[in-house]
Amino acid sequence: MTTQKHSVEIKGLDLSFGHVKVLKDLSLEIGKNEFLVLLGSSGCGKSTLLNCIAGLLEVSAGQIFINGENVTWAEPSDRGIGMVFQSYALYPQMTVEGNLSFGLKNQKLPKAEIKERVARAADILQIEPLLKRKPGALSGGQRQRVAIGRALVRDVDVFLFDEPLSNLDAKLRADLRIELKLLHNRLKNTMIYVTHDQVEAMTLADRIAIMKGGLIEQLDSPANIYHRPVNKYVAGFIGSPAMNFLEGKLESGVFQFGEHRIDMQGYEFCNTQHSGGTTFGIRPEHILTGDAVTEGVFSTDVEVEVVDPLGSDTLVLAELCGAKIWIRLDGEGAVQQGDKLTIGLRPEKASLFSHDSELRV
Amino acid sequence: MAELKRFDGPSGPRPQKAFSPRNIMLYGTLIMVSLYYLLPLYVMVVTSLKGMPEIRLGNIFAPPMEVTFEPWVKAWSEACTGLTCEGLSRGFWNSVRITVPSVLISIAIASVNGYALANWRFKGADVFFTILIFGAFIPYQVMLYPIVIMLRELGLYGSLTGLVMVHTIFGMPILTLLFRNYFSALPEELFKAARVDGAKFWGIYFRVMLPMSLPIFVVAMILQVTGIWNDFLFGVVYSRPEHYPMTVQLNNIVNSVQGIKEYNVNMAATILTGLVPLTIYFVSGKLFVRGIASGAVKG
Repeated sequence: MTTQKHSVEIKGLDLSFGHVKVLKDLSLEIGKNEFLVLLGSSGCGKSTLLNCIAGLLEVSAGQIFINGENVTWAEPSDRGIGMVFQSYALYPQMTVEGNLSFGLKNQKLPKAEIKERVARAADILQIEPLLKRKPGALSGGQRQRVAIGRALVRDVDVFLFDEPLSNLDAKLRADLRIELKLLHNRLKNTMIYVTHDQVEAMTLADRIAIMKGGLIEQLDSPANIYHRPVNKYVAGFIGSPAMNFLEGKLESGVFQFGEHRIDMQGYEFCNTQHSGGTTFGIRPEHILTGDAVTEGVFSTDVEVEVVDPLGSDTLVLAELCGAKIWIRLDGEGAVQQGDKLTIGLRPEKASLFSHDSELRV
Repeated sequence: MAELKRFDGPSGPRPQKAFSPRNIMLYGTLIMVSLYYLLPLYVMVVTSLKGMPEIRLGNIFAPPMEVTFEPWVKAWSEACTGLTCEGLSRGFWNSVRITVPSVLISIAIASVNGYALANWRFKGADVFFTILIFGAFIPYQVMLYPIVIMLRELGLYGSLTGLVMVHTIFGMPILTLLFRNYFSALPEELFKAARVDGAKFWGIYFRVMLPMSLPIFVVAMILQVTGIWNDFLFGVVYSRPEHYPMTVQLNNIVNSVQGIKEYNVNMAATILTGLVPLTIYFVSGKLFVRGIASGAVKG
């Protein structure tokens, strides 16, 4: 039995291609109106999972529920989903109007209703002037709008997006990302969105599921994923540049690396018992510089090796006890290669991971 | 020293020499090869336009002194094969009646085969495909007699239907391979999108796949029309004289031992027989190029 609370529910899903297990006993519950992003590097099974939800791949074991209904054996078109693909997948020989109405014609809906739904979707996505054109005569952004429209006209509760923005250039991607967010605010559908772009994930998601090797590593809000990653993989995957890692050991609340000691007073421990080999993770923007160094419990001098001015801020690469660390500075500070920089650390902003399990301490 | 102007030295496109060694080699070879192929054709055409007295003079390369279409008319409607003297016309219509249904049926079946093998992967699809492709490598001679028995048992031996069936079956391996590879190369997401849109097996085939596949259908048609039209072996083995295709009749005209050898009639008959595949190449070749150029295969 399942409750109506969840829009999509996945229970113990397995999927193997021959001997290769792509998804392993995966369970996931997605609430109504939720925007869930499946994020991971290529080959982690995120697109496979989406295809399973859509019914385009047959699962090896487990169940899928959509709106409380067991759809494990249902045809893709009977599952109440709309899907948007990376390559748009528009039917090249049909006009935009034909593309939008193809699914509705297959459902044998009355002509008037088809017309009305197409008009509504075209209005929402502002593609009315394109209705009579063929996909070949559209730009990438317009094509992706039509592809979204094709999911929209189906009037379904669950939208599936398979890396929909990856084929667009950076500017267009940012624009369409905002539009997708507005669309979700307006339609209040459940959306499941696969991407490898962490910016898309962080900005769009209500919750992010970070996947690796067919398993979900962490399923949480973007803020928690960013600030409180559950393990070292998630910590290193999210954030650009990546979180800095310092290898050392933890003994009675004090982290030691090289000749340095950091008192971890103020850090929220999940596992107070832990001691021994530990990784200290700190994000580039949480390394204190300038006057702020005094706020931290630890300070040292480093030499600037590389300077990356990004405009809004400046990234600096330095070496600290044999580890390369990135430091994010104000974009207006004048730093040059070879400069000495005093840095400080604050334990409450850090993340500690055990060496053995790589889990958060 | 002269002042250096802005456009001194190399600027703009590099000048091309028309008679560079590379061009001479390239075009020389092309011209030689063209001559090699075109010369026999030229001899055939001029010989077919000459009267017999002129041919006996022996100047096979000389253009006709007096152009006559008599040999063409004779080849079409009067030339003798064995007992009957009605020319190639009957053979032509037989060939049409063999080729048209064979081409249509084999392409229809093979395209659905290829579509199913590419998109609707069923259990054992790979084994099925391997067996089918293996069929393309079995020499025809091996199957000649078994098929005679098969057709006899079906009561189709000697009939046009039987011959059409044989052509359809023998076209299957290569055509299925052709269509499967074409459909496999189409973006898979298109097929997925159609499934999400609720289209079923035939819906996707007719509404999504078929409109994108004009080029491959043209290729398949060229392959089948020329193959079946030019077929001699099956025609002579599986049909009775009244159903002989054009190629078999051409052979009977050219190889008849009675009377004098009418080279002009033979040449005309040969050109007539080759005219259909030639036309197909000219007409559909253009269509083929247009099919690709119009963006039919762009995703």
